[in-house]
Amino acid sequence: MKCDVNIITGRTIDQGANIDNKLSSDYFNACARCEIGAEDLKTLGLSEGSHVKVSTEFGSVVVSIALCDGNRRGVAFIPMGPWANAVVNPDTHGCGMPGFKGVLGSIEPADEKPLDLKALMSLYRGDTYGDY
Amino acid sequence: MEITDAICSFCGSLCDDLTVKVEDNKIVDVRRACRLGAGKILGHERINSPMIRNEAGKLEEVSSDSAIDKASQILLHAKRPLLYGWASTSCEAQSKGILLGEILGAVVDSTASICHGPTTLGVQEKGLPTASLGQIKNRADLIIFWGCNPIHAHPRHMSRYSGYLRGFFLDRGRQNRKFITVDVRMTETAAISDEFLQIEQGSDYVVLSALRAIVNGKGDLVPDVVGGVSKEELVHLSDMMRSCRFGAFFFGMGLTQSKGRYKNIDCALSLTNDLNTRTKFVITPLRGHYNVTGFGQVCSWQTGFPAVDLSRGAPYYNPGEMSANDLLMRDEVDASLIVASDPAAHFPNASVRNLAKHPLIQIDPYANATTEIADVVIPTAIVGVETEGTAYRMDGLSLRLRKLVDSDYPDDEEILDKIIKKVSREGDVC
Repeated sequence: MKCDVNIITGRTIDQGANIDNKLSSDYFNACARCEIGAEDLKTLGLSEGSHVKVSTEFGSVVVSIALCDGNRRGVAFIPMGPWANAVVNPDTHGCGMPGFKGVLGSIEPADEKPLDLKALMSLYRGDTYGDY
Repeated sequence: MEITDAICSFCGSLCDDLTVKVEDNKIVDVRRACRLGAGKILGHERINSPMIRNEAGKLEEVSSDSAIDKASQILLHAKRPLLYGWASTSCEAQSKGILLGEILGAVVDSTASICHGPTTLGVQEKGLPTASLGQIKNRADLIIFWGCNPIHAHPRHMSRYSGYLRGFFLDRGRQNRKFITVDVRMTETAAISDEFLQIEQGSDYVVLSALRAIVNGKGDLVPDVVGGVSKEELVHLSDMMRSCRFGAFFFGMGLTQSKGRYKNIDCALSLTNDLNTRTKFVITPLRGHYNVTGFGQVCSWQTGFPAVDLSRGAPYYNPGEMSANDLLMRDEVDASLIVASDPAAHFPNASVRNLAKHPLIQIDPYANATTEIADVVIPTAIVGVETEGTAYRMDGLSLRLRKLVDSDYPDDEEILDKIIKKVSREGDVC
């Protein structure tokens, strides 16, 4: 089952508390996640903590799913960070600011696990000498 | 030893009432800090030594002189260098960074370009009817939080400036104040507000415009529902705004990063101006990193602009053309110096790929995503913990951050000075 969403990114206290501690598991747990409302979670047929693939025209990323009662149907929140930035819109509309909020995409169940920070960065480095 | 009235160098609130306990040059306790500030002051794992990426692709520990030599060579050979970051360091280091940019003919941009950069553009259009946080604390009986969640991002803001505490003219504290939150999500800040407007994502501009119409007596032009909110709710909000004695409007990335970007800010500033024809109203951006406001100040007084392209022999500013993300998207940057920030974690993936393709020098106390793509890494002292320096609070108040413990790490200013000496030619002013 697939679910269409409007993706927004932003700060959370767990993300902020680990902003200078980015190689830790606490930062990974704080940011490699996607929060959706109860209706969307039901549509996906998943329970909290399951892995999902979030896709937009700008990329895709695997993260854990979490319930957030404050989200309206169709709104997905990913804490700011490398996982969110795998799917945001890089276009700044001529003012320097990329599209970190209001990115249309979809969520579907995934078999893969989320990549940790080092693995994600080694993909961007595009080399073969990383740890992954 | 107890150090009182220490200033927290985490967020733009710059809380200046912390008590820090130091034993044998180690910080063992911090009181009054929030979770964000306490985490920083008590310390995280650090980069141990300067490093250079070797031919096998691994970062290898080197001497400080070798790292500075390598960094200087990279910058000297670059045709389009980008000097980016600056939000979590002192004004003194920022000033050195801009001088380095002038010598190199570089673009110097801060994290504001992906944070409150659109706010600056809005302010350039409309001006900023603002007040100090002290004024807001003592006078504001109506607080609006629009597209921001201070409980998560500025945890002590409400208890120190905008919420619970008593003010000079508000002797009952929270009971004297009304909170309104406007957001796409029901956040923790929304949950403790007196009124919450849950708007549709991307509808900030139309909701602000509808409020302007109602405030200016043109409510008959407003449709029954705007951005998912009923006209009745907007009229009620407008009544609250017009009838308060002193209103304070705080906003965050919900406005700067959503559809409309700086036009959202323009509209919020116009609404504030409209309200000032009926009562007293001020507006203040909730700035994130502790000295991102300082970079705007320093760069403006040194070059005339809050971010600058110095490649043309005269300062040039055109966000959307010379902003860090735009340069990286066009793959225009051929070397970068990243100071006190982590663009690899906070830029869109297409930009990070281009950032990683070219030589990158990182100056930072902590290992982060940018370390993973860096070619030269130079660790530094933490400003406000291991070294002193000047920083600007979100309302533009400058404060002197104190040194709490000694450190063997050099500070950002010292490292930048050494690089400046290496890359300067005869006749450069440095």
